[in-house]
Amino acid sequence: MTKNFDVKISFTIMAVLIALVGIFQSWGVALSILNLCLISAVMSMGVNIQWGFAGLINFGVMGFLAIGGLATVLVSVPPVYEAWAAGGGGILISGLFLLLVIVTIYLINSKIPKFKYKNHIIFLIIIVSIPLLKFISGPAIGRIESINAATSGFLGGANLPIILSWFVGGILSALVAFIIGKICLGLRSDYLAISTLLISGIVITIVKHEEWLSRGVKNVIGLKRPAPYETNLQKTDWFINAIEFFNTSKLSNIIDLEARASLLNQLVITSSGIFVKLCFSIIFLIVVLTLLYLSEKALNSPWGRMMRAIRDNEDAAKAMGKNVVKQHLFIFMLGSAIIGFAGAMLVTYDGLFTPSSYQPLRYTFLIWVMVLLGGTGNNYGAILGGFAVWFIWIQSAPFALFIINLLTNHLDETSYLKEHLRDSVPYFRYLMMGLGLLLVMRYRPMGLLPEKVIKN
Amino acid sequence: MDFLNAIILISNFIIVPAITYGSQLALGAIGVTLIYGVLRFANFAYGDLMAFATMIVILTTWYLQSIGISLGFLPTALLALPIGILITIGISLFFDKTVFEYYRNKKANSVTFIVVSLGLMFVLNAIVRIIIGPGDINFMDGHKFIMKAREFKNLTGLNEGLAIKSTQVITLITTVITCSLLFYFLNKTKTGKSMRAYSDNEDLALLSGIDPKKIILITWVIVSILATVGGTLYGLDKSFKPFTYFNNLLPIFAATIVGGIGNPLGAFYGGFLVAFSEITLTYAYKKFFKYLLPENLEPNTLIQFISTDYKFAISFAILVIVLIFRPNGIFKGKVI
Repeated sequence: MTKNFDVKISFTIMAVLIALVGIFQSWGVALSILNLCLISAVMSMGVNIQWGFAGLINFGVMGFLAIGGLATVLVSVPPVYEAWAAGGGGILISGLFLLLVIVTIYLINSKIPKFKYKNHIIFLIIIVSIPLLKFISGPAIGRIESINAATSGFLGGANLPIILSWFVGGILSALVAFIIGKICLGLRSDYLAISTLLISGIVITIVKHEEWLSRGVKNVIGLKRPAPYETNLQKTDWFINAIEFFNTSKLSNIIDLEARASLLNQLVITSSGIFVKLCFSIIFLIVVLTLLYLSEKALNSPWGRMMRAIRDNEDAAKAMGKNVVKQHLFIFMLGSAIIGFAGAMLVTYDGLFTPSSYQPLRYTFLIWVMVLLGGTGNNYGAILGGFAVWFIWIQSAPFALFIINLLTNHLDETSYLKEHLRDSVPYFRYLMMGLGLLLVMRYRPMGLLPEKVIKN
Repeated sequence: MDFLNAIILISNFIIVPAITYGSQLALGAIGVTLIYGVLRFANFAYGDLMAFATMIVILTTWYLQSIGISLGFLPTALLALPIGILITIGISLFFDKTVFEYYRNKKANSVTFIVVSLGLMFVLNAIVRIIIGPGDINFMDGHKFIMKAREFKNLTGLNEGLAIKSTQVITLITTVITCSLLFYFLNKTKTGKSMRAYSDNEDLALLSGIDPKKIILITWVIVSILATVGGTLYGLDKSFKPFTYFNNLLPIFAATIVGGIGNPLGAFYGGFLVAFSEITLTYAYKKFFKYLLPENLEPNTLIQFISTDYKFAISFAILVIVLIFRPNGIFKGKVI
């Protein structure tokens, strides 16, 4: 195990595994695993930029993913004009008020030179402004949420193409990362871990409970798609003709016209699902490859060398005149932007935004397992980690069921132990993740594909 | 009379719940802070260790109930506590031996420890869910109330009732006993003092002949006791659900940092600070002012600083404020 895994070999293994799923389960399942693998790869590349390149520990992944998801709602959903008419003004006024508070705090903090009670004044302003903000926005929010509460009850979005929201998600995440970075980046690494985890909790709470913004826990469903819809596809002539062309041999075996038509119909329905997933796969693959190209470029540029220098010896880098604080903030924003981008991709693929589904175990720590397992500081490693961990995460339930059936073979079908174990099959994935992480940290601390030491 | 009513209202909805919740947080926070002080890392697996410990207590309670043993008006879980503590100590020491010891000997940095504790968190999470399932479990038996709101009203003739659940009293008493014993141990006994010395300056402590293995063993024992007691009290008061225990880790971390990480007394106060601010800031004071103010001044809004949805966010916000203004915590951190 001392020799490094070859990049090509490991990716070939992943491809073969996904192909095996396609052959033994179904191609639809294989493609949806592939798509989520690709999204996971983007997420883990974002974390890898922060952790692998700069050594910043960011446990707020979940928060940035949710911000990306929020961006899809804000960008792609058509606006609710009634809600804007009812409460838009109030929301705008409260937005202005919030801006005013922030500007005041900023001015007090930077313009007034030395004043003993400066912090106390800022604190007081924050304390007073929260109830005031609630007082100003309360009636407007009430009006907005009361309009068609069952189906809308929110302001809606800008009705723009959803692909645009991926970039908006990235920018929004970077802005939030700027604020978080300003607060937290000066802290020691373990403080940074805890405080980013807690701040991502605040972000989730806001997304969950501000219903005027994104319907909160009531979810937004039926988001737009960058790919065609299955139902539309099933009625399109060129698609039906293409399916007919590809399955000519299969269809020509059947002589009965009616049976042939029904078989064709069936084929069209199944392949429309696969075709849509394939469209997503192609788009996601383009994103992953572009990101990989860019971050490989960055890693090998003078800037990448500087980041590694800062990571490996902060004091020496400081002595060389590098602005460590600024670079840390920049890379924190960059990584978070990529995570936000991935969050928007995920929501786009799912087609719905469900704030209550964001949980740290799935959306923060699992992504960290991907990075640590794949290889810190290596972009290929991050992608491999995203693929491998997602694959294990999905396939561990059937695998665990197989093992349980094997081990409890001698037991009676109605045995309590057997039933209980079968019911808890979904939780074996946590066990596998934990054990996997512990084993990798012990025996391959740099991950499956460790960082390449570049000697100039 | 109105004044008394207002006081009772505040006691019933703020003071009593906040003391209970604060005690539970304080027990957790002291555990986290002890690990940080002696073993020098933030243990993300602590919430799930609490869940594991509570699970053992629940299983023992069920066993005891099945053979017909109970504590009368007290919950049977109290009888099951010692067994829960023993098994939790066992698993803590097992994980220390198999997981943490290797990195301690290698003198790994704190981030590695955090990552390893994440792995452990996943494992414990899985074990708890596989054994007892992810659902809600209520294992409280015995008397539910010491005083019901209606009894209090009849007794005093006031408009407002004061309800005191027996779990609230049990929580308070247990916390007082546990914490007094702990602080006596840390401040008065020789082992406790050597533990503090080890946390303060490892090299100096080693030079004066303190055995690090013994210190680490004792730390895990204390931490396991705190995790079991804290977890069981929380489970008795609310209910047991593995996911809530994981979530509780967040306010516990907030309490730890607010009180100064590595400082048990700070963690104790931090727990209460977080609990009181969560509850006072989300309570709607409309009724309270109704009693106190003359009729024409009565408020027509809820008079609530921030909505209850943001209860969890408050502890995080306190943490952020503390991190900006006093990064070492309100009490000086890093010494136990």
